[in-house]
Amino acid sequence: MIPPAFEYTRPDSVDEAVRALADAGDEAKVLAGGQSLVPLLRLRLAFPELLVDVGRIPELRGVREDGDTLVIGAMTTHHQVVHDPLVRRHAGLLAEATATVADPAVRHRGTLGGSLAHADPAGDLPAVALALDAELVVAGPAGRRAIAAREFFVDYLQSALADDELLLEVRVPRSDGWDFHYEKFHPVAQSWAIVGVAALVRRDGGRIAEARVGLTNMGATPLRATAAEEALAGADGPEAVARAAEAAAEGTRPAQDLSASPEYRQHLARVLTRRAVLTATGMG
Amino acid sequence: MTHISVNVDGTTYEDEVEPRLLLAHYLRDRLGLTGTPIGCDTSNCGACTVDLDGTSVKSCSVLAVQADGCAVTTVQGLAKDGEWTALQRAFHEQHGLQCGYCTPGMIMAARDLLRENPRPEADEVRQALEGNLCRCTGYQNIVRAVLAASGPPAHQAAEEVTA
Amino acid sequence: MTDQAVEREVGRRRLRKEDARLITGQTNWTDNIQVAGLLHMAILRSPMAHARVTRVDVSPALDYPNVVAAFSGADLAEGLGSLPCAWPVTEDIVLPGHPPVAVDEVRYAGDPVAVVVARDRYAAADALEAIEVDYDPLPPVLDLEAALAEGSPLVHTDKGTNRCYTWPLATGDSFAAVRDRAEVTLKRRYHQQRLIPNAMEPRAVVVTPIAASGEYTVYSATQIPHILRIMLSTVTGIPEHKLRVIAPDVGGGFGSKLQVYGEEALALAIARRLGRPVKWTESRSEGALATHHGRGMIQDVEIAATREGGLLGLKVDLLADMGAYLMLVTPGIPILGAFMYPGIYKMDAYEFTCTGVFTTRTPTDAYRGAGRPEATFAIERIMDELAAELGLDPVELRRRNWIRHEEFPYTSIAGLTYDSGNYEAATDKALALFGYDDLRAEQHRRNERGDPVRLGIGVSTYTEMCGLAPSRVLRDLRYGAGGWEAASIRMLPTGKVEVVTGTSPHGQGHETCWSQIAADVLGVPFEDVEVVHGDTRAAPQGMDTYGSRSLAVGGEAVHRAAKTVVEKARKIAAHLLEASEQDLEFSDGAFSVKGSPEARRTIQEIAFETFTNHDLPDGVEPTINAEHVVDPENFSYPHGTHLCSVEVDTETGRTRIRSYVCVDDVGRVVNPMIVEGQVHGGLAQGIAQALYEEAVYDDDGNLLSGTLADYLVPSAADLPDFVTDRTETPAVSNALGVKGVGEAGTIASTPAVVNAVVDALRPLGVRDVRMPCSPHRVWQAIQEARSGTAGGTGGTGPAQSGQSGQAARSGELGQYGRPGEEGWA
Repeated sequence: MIPPAFEYTRPDSVDEAVRALADAGDEAKVLAGGQSLVPLLRLRLAFPELLVDVGRIPELRGVREDGDTLVIGAMTTHHQVVHDPLVRRHAGLLAEATATVADPAVRHRGTLGGSLAHADPAGDLPAVALALDAELVVAGPAGRRAIAAREFFVDYLQSALADDELLLEVRVPRSDGWDFHYEKFHPVAQSWAIVGVAALVRRDGGRIAEARVGLTNMGATPLRATAAEEALAGADGPEAVARAAEAAAEGTRPAQDLSASPEYRQHLARVLTRRAVLTATGMG
Repeated sequence: MTHISVNVDGTTYEDEVEPRLLLAHYLRDRLGLTGTPIGCDTSNCGACTVDLDGTSVKSCSVLAVQADGCAVTTVQGLAKDGEWTALQRAFHEQHGLQCGYCTPGMIMAARDLLRENPRPEADEVRQALEGNLCRCTGYQNIVRAVLAASGPPAHQAAEEVTA
Repeated sequence: MTDQAVEREVGRRRLRKEDARLITGQTNWTDNIQVAGLLHMAILRSPMAHARVTRVDVSPALDYPNVVAAFSGADLAEGLGSLPCAWPVTEDIVLPGHPPVAVDEVRYAGDPVAVVVARDRYAAADALEAIEVDYDPLPPVLDLEAALAEGSPLVHTDKGTNRCYTWPLATGDSFAAVRDRAEVTLKRRYHQQRLIPNAMEPRAVVVTPIAASGEYTVYSATQIPHILRIMLSTVTGIPEHKLRVIAPDVGGGFGSKLQVYGEEALALAIARRLGRPVKWTESRSEGALATHHGRGMIQDVEIAATREGGLLGLKVDLLADMGAYLMLVTPGIPILGAFMYPGIYKMDAYEFTCTGVFTTRTPTDAYRGAGRPEATFAIERIMDELAAELGLDPVELRRRNWIRHEEFPYTSIAGLTYDSGNYEAATDKALALFGYDDLRAEQHRRNERGDPVRLGIGVSTYTEMCGLAPSRVLRDLRYGAGGWEAASIRMLPTGKVEVVTGTSPHGQGHETCWSQIAADVLGVPFEDVEVVHGDTRAAPQGMDTYGSRSLAVGGEAVHRAAKTVVEKARKIAAHLLEASEQDLEFSDGAFSVKGSPEARRTIQEIAFETFTNHDLPDGVEPTINAEHVVDPENFSYPHGTHLCSVEVDTETGRTRIRSYVCVDDVGRVVNPMIVEGQVHGGLAQGIAQALYEEAVYDDDGNLLSGTLADYLVPSAADLPDFVTDRTETPAVSNALGVKGVGEAGTIASTPAVVNAVVDALRPLGVRDVRMPCSPHRVWQAIQEARSGTAGGTGGTGPAQSGQSGQAARSGELGQYGRPGEEGWA
């Protein structure tokens, strides 16, 4: 199908981009990698008047260290994230999960920032950002601000980004030494997760000291399985992990769709949380 | 209209295009480079896969304006002086195509894989082609073709003789 | 005659002639065609399953730049007839009119309501949105059983019923009688979900007119250029001789391009009206609505047997979803299956009834296998249930009932004469390749220890009737045409050969295989043969490609035509060699006199002699060209045994195919590489039905799985490597001994996979899982079995097809839809 007509601008700097967004009001959309937006345009499910292509702003690309934090430019592609040595060393969960996004060609174009700003609860990376306690730095006419991932995902396909704000970078606290695993359950290789579980676990001796569990596609936004996280603290083996994982779906209200009922999703969240933690820790 | 300059298969083209024009339509309708087909509208099928500045992309999910200043390689730009690439030969020799509609995208995706991973295992080939759908072959001979192009293990060559 | 047939080509793994253009991007897909002044057509489609159309105003579209014309259904009604149905299966069939653009009522989501023609596809798409249509909603008709109930809303009000036809068949003893004497009877209901064919090339059509002389060339991504020509002539009134239809390179069909589509008629009618060339290309999501679907049946199956497992009889009651209209062969698809429910088994009684039902959904029609996969599924599933009931190994039960190889030719209970086969040989080979006993042992160990990942083993045998079809059988089935196929051989002056075929390939490799057949008979190099097809001017006579018919009928025609060329050349050779015809032998492409091989004339030289006509015998026409039209004397009956092992994760419901082995007997093989490829592709599609694919509708009749993001066509990463092998029992009903291979893999694999899934879960109390056996459905079947509800007959999943029972209550219109409030409940 054919996208509707729109105006197009390709700013060279963040300031220019923010200005373009501010001028257009709520009729503009940011074009990052386009791997979600272009299909939506083709299906005529989005009708922006202006696309602001941020693909040529150097500041938005690349990965650097800032003390104990990894700073990933919003326009860093999935492919770059998967292969970046800093990400692999200090945010292994993100590299592992990103490698499961869509397919190689989409990962060449799609970006970390684009995936988070799209705020699709079925996307893999929002739940990972939650588990990593990431922070999202955005720029708007009033300057820059940081938004915690926990505050960023507001509703289905809706983030805390204002219409005139641009996502600049994702700040990820280093998780060196933490165990991690992203357990993605999808019906065919390139489809969205029915449920995904991002597990990040710090161990102290043979016990789990702290666990963070992000849930993909378990509601209108990505979620943290807080009850399971609390229950996992102190777990010392597979049985304890399994018991704790039983709390993984607490408080979730997952959707009914073509591939799953809410009950099935909740069941999967429990099973996959157990598996994710056991795989991450090697306890299984 | 936006001015773009795109190098496609070695030739630089200058054009005024609507910003919404898909790269796939630019190649097909404006340049007449119809070797790259379009198979879906959700970027799932991969038939339209081309190389954009050194990596595989789905040209139905890239705007022509995004390719401004870039180099595009399509399946039509692979053979040099009529000499097929190893992948093209392997698709032919391993019967990696039937109707052939997915073939340009398959070849471009496989080319991308072999650039990153010159000696993949069969499972790695299958994973690398997860974004390219074929309705005819059941994929088995496509996987064989990619493995053959990467240098087949000895046992596979023997198997082909008896097949 | 002592001619030596030198088998140089048939049976050889020839690489394909077709490949060169396909792997270099020099293919000629219909959408590639550009001509001066080309206009693009776009179609506005109903967003509702059923509604009265009270107003269509196309005038706002005309205000858009670059728009040339816009039409409502009423604007186009004149000079454009109803789309054809060529297979009215009963005398009293309900045959509704089918306008290419709806005039006052839309009957499925996707039914066309208006058309725009513009300078390019972008302009056409934009203008479409400006058209104003008022709809007065009518109730959708979705459930096959409810549709037949008194007082149901009607798809076609004027017809007074949603029942399209009822088609009965009863052979042998009465089923009631054998049921009375049976020791075991089983009754099961199976659902054949709707499938969307999804050939990789979307449909497209280009029409170029010469207005002054009223001549039209139609390029279409079709499987049936010849049938299309006749039908388009009927629909538009353009005389047949003024129409030329070309199928350029066609990117797969699987039955979906065995059709006469509204868009083809529209492009032609509009090109006639405007005197300009017109192109239409469907998008994938448009095709999900506008290209016909496959399957869509409810099967009630009852089987009667003895305690020892001897089959006594089979009774099948079928409800078949026609969709909103009858397209080219819609009503006949389930009837193609009617004869195949008994499969390869002997029994005393068989009763079959099919009732076609109208619903407010996209019309159904042929999809790979067309009726025969459904039949094979039903018999092979219930055979497994019977084996379980009797405590027999499922392979052993089949062995006790199948036709033994020494019994061929065998007339089946359904009345077909199976000409040849060897079910024992194929099965034994498959069992050995599969490692059946070892897998059973492993399965036992896993069950014993309560492994959460269960192993399941599925078997399916099959035969099918293909090589469509003896024309008199088609007459008896009330099909509107014959089943012959034509071929001619043109010997060119330089000795090169053109094989003109009436088949119309779209991935099957006819150019290669027909060259192999002709090269062998003529004794000329493979490279010297070119195959001409898919153009009603260049290959004027044909019945096209579907139903695994091309080799058995069209290949046979090539074979016979080539034989005739040799016989015609023999007369000339005798004259030139000054010998009698009886003293000549033909070997390796040359005639020579017996006993003096040095004096010889090649058939290619004789072609040149006929060109000059300088020295031909008196009264001999200067041509050795030949033409043959073959009407097959029987169907052909490939068969095989397929074995599948699966691992089912009982916690998540996920099924993983661990191994798949099939041994098919497709008779004599022209090109083993191509045969293997056909089997691979068939397996993938059959497995996809078993595990992944379904056209899902909501309660309002909207298609929810309308993009490839929601309709799960498996990729390389989702499918295993297959082990394929063959036995070879030549068909005796054609000279080549060939049977057909296009549909075999699809027919056998679906029941093999589902049997394996159920086999894995049977110890947990599961007796069935409805297709596709998605993780959710498998999980749900296990839950039901554990809780004892529904006897563990299997989950129906969160979003049923709406074929029967409650449809989806999804608040979400697929991944790309807009979520409703209740989506998060």
